[in-house]
Amino acid sequence: MRFVFKTSYAQDLGLFRDGVQRNWYLALLVGVAVLPVLVPAYVGDVSLVFIYGLCGLSLMVLAGYTGLVSLGHAAFLGIGSYAHVYVTQDLGLPWLAGVIAATVIAAAAGVIVGVPALRMTGVYLTIATLAFALIIQEVFARWDAVTGGLKGKAVSKPVIFGVSFAGDNAFYFLCLVVLAAGLWLTANLLRSPTGRAWVAIRDSEIAAQSMGVNLAVYKTMAFAYSAGLMGIAGALFAHKIGFLAQDIFSVLLSIQFLLMVVVGGLGSLHGAIFGAVFVAMLPVMISQARDALPAMLSQPFTLFGKAAGDTVFLALDRFVKQPGLEPGIFGLILVLFILFEPLGIYGRWLKLRVYFSLFPLYKAATFRRQKAYMRSERLR
Amino acid sequence: MTFFAADGLVINFGGIRAVDGVSFEVEQGQVFTIIGPNGAGKTTIFNLVSRIYEPTAGTLVFCDEEITRVPPHEIARRGIARTFQNIELFEHATVLQNLLLGRHAHKRSRFLEELVFLPRVRALELEHREAAEKVIDFLDLQPYRDSLIVNLPYGVRKVVEMARALCTEPKLLLLDEPSSGLSVEETEDMAFWIQDIRTLLGITVLMVEHDMSLVSAVSDRVLALNYGRPLAVGTAREVQEHPDVVKAYLGG
Amino acid sequence: MGCIYGLVALGFVLIYKATELVNFAQGDLLMLGAFVCYMFVIWYGVGYWAAFALAIAIVALFGAALDASVLRRVIGQPQFAVVMLTIGLGAIFRAFASMTWGSEIYTLPTPFSAKATRVGGVTISHEYVSIIVGTVILCAVLYAFFTYTRVGVAMQAASQNQLAAYYMGIPVKRMFSLIWAISAGVAAIAGVLLAPVSLIDINLGFIGLKAFAAAVLGGFGSIPGSLVGGITIGLIELFAGAYLPHGFKDVAAYVVLLAVLAIRPQGMFGTVGRKKV
Repeated sequence: MRFVFKTSYAQDLGLFRDGVQRNWYLALLVGVAVLPVLVPAYVGDVSLVFIYGLCGLSLMVLAGYTGLVSLGHAAFLGIGSYAHVYVTQDLGLPWLAGVIAATVIAAAAGVIVGVPALRMTGVYLTIATLAFALIIQEVFARWDAVTGGLKGKAVSKPVIFGVSFAGDNAFYFLCLVVLAAGLWLTANLLRSPTGRAWVAIRDSEIAAQSMGVNLAVYKTMAFAYSAGLMGIAGALFAHKIGFLAQDIFSVLLSIQFLLMVVVGGLGSLHGAIFGAVFVAMLPVMISQARDALPAMLSQPFTLFGKAAGDTVFLALDRFVKQPGLEPGIFGLILVLFILFEPLGIYGRWLKLRVYFSLFPLYKAATFRRQKAYMRSERLR
Repeated sequence: MTFFAADGLVINFGGIRAVDGVSFEVEQGQVFTIIGPNGAGKTTIFNLVSRIYEPTAGTLVFCDEEITRVPPHEIARRGIARTFQNIELFEHATVLQNLLLGRHAHKRSRFLEELVFLPRVRALELEHREAAEKVIDFLDLQPYRDSLIVNLPYGVRKVVEMARALCTEPKLLLLDEPSSGLSVEETEDMAFWIQDIRTLLGITVLMVEHDMSLVSAVSDRVLALNYGRPLAVGTAREVQEHPDVVKAYLGG
Repeated sequence: MGCIYGLVALGFVLIYKATELVNFAQGDLLMLGAFVCYMFVIWYGVGYWAAFALAIAIVALFGAALDASVLRRVIGQPQFAVVMLTIGLGAIFRAFASMTWGSEIYTLPTPFSAKATRVGGVTISHEYVSIIVGTVILCAVLYAFFTYTRVGVAMQAASQNQLAAYYMGIPVKRMFSLIWAISAGVAAIAGVLLAPVSLIDINLGFIGLKAFAAAVLGGFGSIPGSLVGGITIGLIELFAGAYLPHGFKDVAAYVVLLAVLAIRPQGMFGTVGRKKV
């Protein structure tokens, strides 16, 4: 185990714990930078991971740090996408103007949701954001002039200051840069008074208030910042999918974003990224497993003759090609995570690290959870 | 000059009048204690002072300014900090983070500056840290600086909460039952700290307390309440011997 | 339609009141109920009433099993985790249903099908009457159960303070399973009543979202509130469909919901909760 000896207060203000940690992150960055060369086939998928990473970051700020759970984040993503495409394609303004418009409009929408949401808590807030998302989705479908309505809208490739980012690799780096910037900005906020105020609101509104935190301002700020990030992600997302249709920005997408922060681990920036990797890569893995599994699993049965092998193959093949399977697997993973690892992938990662640094002294009880009894949170 | 005064405070919850015409005045540098049986309306008065509840009638004056209509988050900026009866710390944050949040009333950095973490923000953060460290030294919290609140024992949490309130650099400190749930030794420590807060830091203390040994040890003036009405005001001894107070506690 | 929303909302509220879990899978339980009933009627040729009873029993048992195997573990965890958990469960149910019964759309024949009564010039089909009557009966039964039976009162106690209820000798675990069974049973009833009016397919569960809106509109945790909320949303949809341009029907309910919540954040019948410090 490494111990960091602190000799000045400034040390606690750094983004990284110490030099070693910083070097690890640099190594990670280098690794990500050379990834397109190593596995060119997955460049597109990994770009999506980066975009989802931004979405995860956005929801992590709101749900993980401020404690406001939104089931309507796909709406902000959609607002960002449509705003960006409208500004760059219909108005013919430069790409950067599109991104700025996407961010600002999404953030403004965040404020519009945030203000009535100030007095709501828990389930009420979740449902209010859900209702907002459903209304926005209907707006996407009806506002033909801007969104192309039900027909949808084709998106051209990004061109920034005359440089085309049409290639997969170029787009990959664009997404990477934006994600890194988003992470940096968010980390900055979280080590500043604003971030602390958010955490305070999450843990105890009443104490935060009596320490001088203006709940209305900070909650609205969290909504606006989160929605703004979502807007930027939306601009990139539009380019990524290449065609906007209103049914993309459905409740199911919002649920996927929530899945990201839960599976990744609530209340940590790492969690947002882990979750994004997971959610973006899972469909890829499922589709691969779909192709590979039946052949693999039926292999042993060929020992009982070719007919047996074929039957098993066909049965398995039919099973895995069922259309409803994918959301089911998503659901199953979600359930398993909440039951067995409420801290998400990041929590598991921390435990692994402790295991290795304490080896062989690690005890299972180190992280044992206390039995929780239910006591009413309803206040009378 | 009036340092702190409550005049004719009344609050109704539905049909119940929890506080019924309470007036008192706290002079700067005093330790003023409110005592009374359970349900007498002590904590409600605190909630009125920190503006969490809206009084039905009455006024609150602090440093010659009326604060009856000031929003709750303004109270800390005016120089009133409080602790809570059942501890309201930010449980999933470290002790240090809790104390730094206590500095929120002194926040001077703006959102956009924080977003890119300008050198000014860094300098301000270091200032906040210095202030928090002073409080840590004052209350001997050094060993717990980086531990999460959820992992701390109850007694330490009580001290951390007081530390957080001190971080706001208040002129008036409201302590809601500082000794509840503490052992005898911890209660004694608490008494010394309250005296130190008054003499060394020059902070006026308004306190709600049950433990009469603590009350008599530190209080300059005591107000006894029952059913939301004031029974007696005076020194600890005077109030304890007041016939109405004896009656309220012992019945009869 | 409003009654259906109300019934599903009632299921939400029952579970919420008793265990403080918010069950997003309620709509999917409803879907399961409808499918099970359909399966018995069409595949096995069981009579409608018998199939109805079987569907309720099976889904209720399933609800209890669900509680015993999964949900019991998350009690005491943040509400948010539970919401996610039930969303996950809902997804699993849908996947299960689509594998078992396929993704086709079915209709359920009932004794009330294609019959109607004329009341003063207005034609009311028996299917709708059955929904309304069913709702009224169910509400009366549930109300009586919670107010007058020992078990009902014990459930209320368990919901207010689990630990204290343990000490008072209430078998809290069994209570929770029972409440899940009841709630799942209510969902199944709603499903079977809804089936003839709507059609049965795996997306029937999405009605749960609207019912959720109904529960919140009424004020979460209030049983009459959930019914009033459901009926309100049903009426809003009806009028929006009739008088407003096409497309407003689906969102009108949500617009109203947002408006109500902006004014009364605790819903129509909810109580203002205030944390004591």
